[in-house]
Amino acid sequence: MSRQRKIALVGNPNAGKSALFNALTGARQKIANYPGVTVERKSGRMVLPTGEPVEMTDLPGAYGLDATSPDEEVTSKVIAGKFAGEAEPDVLVIVLDASNLEQHLVFAQELLALGKPSVVALNMVDLAERDGLVLDAAVLEEELGVKVVPTVAVRRRGLAELGEAIASAESRHAGPGLTDLGPTERRVAAHAMANAAILSESKQHRLHARLDQVLLNPWLGPLILFAFLFVVFQAVFAWAAPLMDGLDAGAGWLHDTVKAAMPAGLVRDLLTDGVISGVGSVVVFLPQIVILFAFILAMEASGYMARAAFLMDRLMAYVGLSGRSFIPLLSSFACAIPGIMATRSITDPKDRLTTILIAPLMTCSARLPVYAVIIGAFIPNTNLGWGIGLQGVVLFGLYVAGIVGAMIVALLLRSSITKGAASGFIMEMPKYQMPRLKDMAIGLWQRAWIFLRRAGTIIFTVTVVLWVLLNFPQARPGESQVDASIAGKLANGLAVVVEPIGFNRDMALALIPAMAAREVAVSSLATTYAVDAGDDEDQQAVELGDRLKGRWSLPMALAFLAWFVFAPQCMSTIAVTRRETNGWKWPSFMLAYLFGLAYVAAGVTYWIAVGVGL
Amino acid sequence: MTLDLLPIDQRARIVAVDWNALVPEEARRLRALGLEEGATVSIAHRGVAGGRDPIAIAIGRMTIAVRRAHAHAMEVSPL
Repeated sequence: MSRQRKIALVGNPNAGKSALFNALTGARQKIANYPGVTVERKSGRMVLPTGEPVEMTDLPGAYGLDATSPDEEVTSKVIAGKFAGEAEPDVLVIVLDASNLEQHLVFAQELLALGKPSVVALNMVDLAERDGLVLDAAVLEEELGVKVVPTVAVRRRGLAELGEAIASAESRHAGPGLTDLGPTERRVAAHAMANAAILSESKQHRLHARLDQVLLNPWLGPLILFAFLFVVFQAVFAWAAPLMDGLDAGAGWLHDTVKAAMPAGLVRDLLTDGVISGVGSVVVFLPQIVILFAFILAMEASGYMARAAFLMDRLMAYVGLSGRSFIPLLSSFACAIPGIMATRSITDPKDRLTTILIAPLMTCSARLPVYAVIIGAFIPNTNLGWGIGLQGVVLFGLYVAGIVGAMIVALLLRSSITKGAASGFIMEMPKYQMPRLKDMAIGLWQRAWIFLRRAGTIIFTVTVVLWVLLNFPQARPGESQVDASIAGKLANGLAVVVEPIGFNRDMALALIPAMAAREVAVSSLATTYAVDAGDDEDQQAVELGDRLKGRWSLPMALAFLAWFVFAPQCMSTIAVTRRETNGWKWPSFMLAYLFGLAYVAAGVTYWIAVGVGL
Repeated sequence: MTLDLLPIDQRARIVAVDWNALVPEEARRLRALGLEEGATVSIAHRGVAGGRDPIAIAIGRMTIAVRRAHAHAMEVSPL
């Protein structure tokens, strides 16, 4: 037997599986997707106390083997060994929340009835004790017929014992009567077992009940939520600024150093104007993305995200969605990709599809570079009083335009293409917990890495390709390089299409590479004007705003902003939508309707702006 | 009376559920969470300002958010 054994962590949502998984495997994790579905597959290596290395996977949380959502389906298929390309797990580690035994034992019985080698981790016993609940693992062990190990993932309590239990877990025959139980009998049995295992229980007021009194208060709750969201967005813009300036200065320094160190020529220009300026202008946004994700991860880990969904459900219901859509949509403010992936927890397929289709309308962080440059150049920072500046108001307006657009689209979709029964909202509200720094750090590192990899691959490639297209063929003396280049000729063709909405040739040129990712529009404008300016340019990024000011009118700039509120300029989003909806039908629809909206919005903006004499 | 009309914090037992009034998937999820005949429940919170939707139901040591329509399908007798 040379094959590495596979261990799977399985249990209800909110059983603390991920924390246990992090504690068992440390940072040695691999995150990928299950083939065919966008359900995250988390796996890692663990060495058992016997010295045997095993592969551990963290299966998506489920309430039963009878799946009601795509991620539950993955869990039940993997356990049954019916998931193509995924080996059947050798040992199941069934994770139970100690303070919610009665509920979690229902699924545990269903799993144990399969007769696979299993171990039960009685997790978060410390939280149960905090709530005044003391449990006897030995009683549970006797009832369930498998080893039960009390664990506290955060404090690494019980991990060694759990490892030993995994090493010695053997196939069993499910006890008679356990296999043929129906759900109702399992619930009755779970109730009896949970009561038998309780050594002592005090009826002290639980912390989360008191917190809910405030946070779910019908009047105070929404106010707190909106205040919190305000702080989040404030943080994303204000706190990130010094870090971004630092990264910007670093890229500028690298640009200048390379420029000084290398002999003049095409290779040097490719490196400095193409690679360093292009990739650098995108990497600058890493601090904003990390800050936004830090808040989102903290909201999820603390249990507040479910409360936010509860508070938002009523509003979402007006456009035919539910509070569950709030979580993916909020994530989409960082990036539509994790947002679209987060829709997998939405049970109703039509609800889920609608959420996927409107997710790109949430203003993601990739739009910020575009907004920042254009607003900085064209909108005067007039003080409107109370410390509110005109630039901030315009930026806020762009966010609102995206949200309002999304709501209108959702309403239209729900009454036409994704018409169906009003979607419901059923969601467990997890207990409040302090987010663990280590889990947060692992999560943030993974997000940051995904972003940097994107900058290093897609954006790098696109920038280099654009630079080449802009520089060849070389212009004859007296002719503009951009006019002579292949890119310039391509843009001339596109310009015919976008001229009616006020775009010029350079804007059309920026739209082509920005198909890969929106933020590339900035680097490509920078590259275009740098190439156009010839050799006397330097510090192109810094001067980009001034250059734009000289060449674009205000209505053009506003139209460009309006375009980016709607345009689906992100290959990764299209790709993830295709994977998520299993085909090209919905990503094609998404492309078509968003480009249509963008075209109309930009056109209307342009002509109104011209009409009122801006 | 139906569960949606239960006063906050009043404990009650679910005596009957009109499963046909619910979408099958949602009915399954409610069952999986233990919201079925025989369960002892109470209402912990009601939704935002004036709107009485959604409803947070306390069952055992869990709190579960559901829509009023779900609660309306459940007949309860106060304890």
